[in-house]
Amino acid sequence: MDVKKERKTKIVFEKRLQVPTWINLVVPIVSVFFALVFSGIFLKLTGQSPLTVYLAMYRSAFGSAYGFSETLVKAIPLMLTSFGVAIAFKMVIWNIGAEGQLLLGALASTGIALAFPDLPRILLIMMMIAAAMIAGGLWALIPGFAKAQWNVNEVITSLMLNYVAINVVDYFVYGPWKDTAGFGFPQTATFSQNAWLPTWGTTRIHFGLIIALVISILLYIVLNRTRWGYEVKVIGESRNVARYSGMSIKKNILLVMLLSGALAGMGGMLEVSGVVHKLDPHLSIGLGYSAIIVAWLSRLNPFVIVIVSMLFGGLINGGFSIQMFGIPAATATMLQGAILFFVLGGDIFARYRIKMIK
Amino acid sequence: MKNVKKYLVALIVLSMVFSMIGCSGADVPAEEPEDNEPSDEQPAEKIKVGMIYIGPPGDAGWTYAHDEGRKYLEAQIPNVEVIYVESVAESSDSERVMTELVEQGCEIVFATSFGYMDFMLNVANKYPDVAFYHCSGYKTTPNMSTYFGRIYQARYLTGLVAGSMTEANQIGYIAAHPIPEVIRGINAFTLGVREANPEATVNVVWTNTWYDPAKEKEAAKGSLDSGVDVIAQHQDTPGPQQAAEEVGAYAIGYNTDMSSFAPKANLTSAVWDWGPYYVSAVQAVLDGSFEEGQYWGGLADGIVDIAPFNESVPADVVASVEAKKAELIAGDFDVFDGPVKDQDGNVVVAEGETLSDGDLLSMMWFVEGVNGVIPE
Repeated sequence: MDVKKERKTKIVFEKRLQVPTWINLVVPIVSVFFALVFSGIFLKLTGQSPLTVYLAMYRSAFGSAYGFSETLVKAIPLMLTSFGVAIAFKMVIWNIGAEGQLLLGALASTGIALAFPDLPRILLIMMMIAAAMIAGGLWALIPGFAKAQWNVNEVITSLMLNYVAINVVDYFVYGPWKDTAGFGFPQTATFSQNAWLPTWGTTRIHFGLIIALVISILLYIVLNRTRWGYEVKVIGESRNVARYSGMSIKKNILLVMLLSGALAGMGGMLEVSGVVHKLDPHLSIGLGYSAIIVAWLSRLNPFVIVIVSMLFGGLINGGFSIQMFGIPAATATMLQGAILFFVLGGDIFARYRIKMIK
Repeated sequence: MKNVKKYLVALIVLSMVFSMIGCSGADVPAEEPEDNEPSDEQPAEKIKVGMIYIGPPGDAGWTYAHDEGRKYLEAQIPNVEVIYVESVAESSDSERVMTELVEQGCEIVFATSFGYMDFMLNVANKYPDVAFYHCSGYKTTPNMSTYFGRIYQARYLTGLVAGSMTEANQIGYIAAHPIPEVIRGINAFTLGVREANPEATVNVVWTNTWYDPAKEKEAAKGSLDSGVDVIAQHQDTPGPQQAAEEVGAYAIGYNTDMSSFAPKANLTSAVWDWGPYYVSAVQAVLDGSFEEGQYWGGLADGIVDIAPFNESVPADVVASVEAKKAELIAGDFDVFDGPVKDQDGNVVVAEGETLSDGDLLSMMWFVEGVNGVIPE
């Protein structure tokens, strides 16, 4: 009897060495399916028709020309911040600061746009991009340097700098850069048209989409086809191996953070120059945090990031649209949360083999 | 490389599944809403009105007051159907939401926070046949007007109450953003406080947020810890009221009668009544008499008022407040009638003068008696 009692069933998670293709196909689909079923029960209980809600959400995000164009608009800054996060994560540097780096990029490009409103459009936009990348990169370099020099935990420092960045932006829009003709309201004047990225037709899709797509290709090449990309990968997999083979970990931490921040900073520039045309305190509502989820779900692959960013952008936008069918905002947020929870949770079945040991 | 292909394939399949769901959907329910809704109700005549809210209607404050206005509108004009979207950030998201509301058939759109201004302007330019109303802004077009109320008049009256009730002569004011709307309210409140009690000062704490119940409450707690015994506020929720109730201090509410959240603490509230305005704004569009303009109603119009007094407010205070209210309504007196001094003691409004609406709308200075800083 006693012996039998001792024999407990154990559940063991065993990391998959090779993830079979079918797993990568089936797991996300099944995850989304379960999320929809789970939320469906919830919706049904609150008196909604789940199918109607899902279709409304889908249609507004992907099913109409306008909806899809807005999904792309939402996805553009998300792509940039996700690229930035992905390259840091590749080297197992946890840059949680994309939000702040994006804001600093937006701030720097706003400074250029306000200071040189009459420059030729191409020159002005190039300068804004450069300023945004430098500002975002330097902002990321602060935790990067602390990490490289003193091994300070970058999760904490990069996260905390997000709050500093919010306050820096607030300082400028409430203070020196406040629109003098704006009755004291906290926002800059609208940029001169020279500082606006060209848009496509009547939509808000702007040139940033092309930039994002080009960067995805460049980033893929850098990460997979260059010596430096290889170093990043080796350092990410084993610091010791990298050290023994003579790679400079310090130098690479600095480089990776610089690039990571520069990409997020460019995301901020694209948003102010492409969409908002001014700086106000409401520029980024968590784009830098969503980027962490997007990069992780995309397995840090730039091409996959492009697609996942669009799905994510659609998920965000769809949440607003279903309110027009009488779904409260809280339910929409719950729905988004459930989908993310199931997809992220389901990921464990792709990465690990789960065994029952008796 | 191999891995990459796998992920790509996975995602393509995923998106195909999404689109399959979508395709089947496009066939079936695309017609459903259009068939169903009009056949249930009387067809054609339903006027769709769109509204966007900065917070949830359950905030018990700003958005709640607008939502009450929506209900009033729907009750008064039965063939109006309001589609509202809550918790819309004052970001580029709002432009999409307003566009979608118009695409859903809304002929009138109300945006109930300042930060929607430029986004609404873009949408208004895109849809010249739709009427747009923006709350608390200053930009208008031939199809976009603004609306707001002289809540500062009500705040002056609540200031009289606060000034009479403070024993510490220190009043805390939890304020959202350092913009003219908020500063005007602080000044009007302070003028009321000093009218009742020339010794009292009003200590301003900025939260830099309209809607953040926890932060609003924390700011009020901090203010109470510093020795104030009355909390006034310009926020979207009763968070500051609850902080005052917990420590046995007094509070002055805003937006709605907040006494149910702080039955002992809340002395009175400066409140909004948007309903009648929403009815007249919609009626103007229906009558074809919409005009570009800026509506700024006061106590006399009923769009702003003060809530019933707490029983702890003495009868003589109630009487003097009611008397001032009558004067304000009659136009015998205005809140910013001179002499008014600024924080440094300089006379800004001379005896016998008052401030113009332009001065009020761009007010970026504090009156004497305010202890606080406007960030520059």
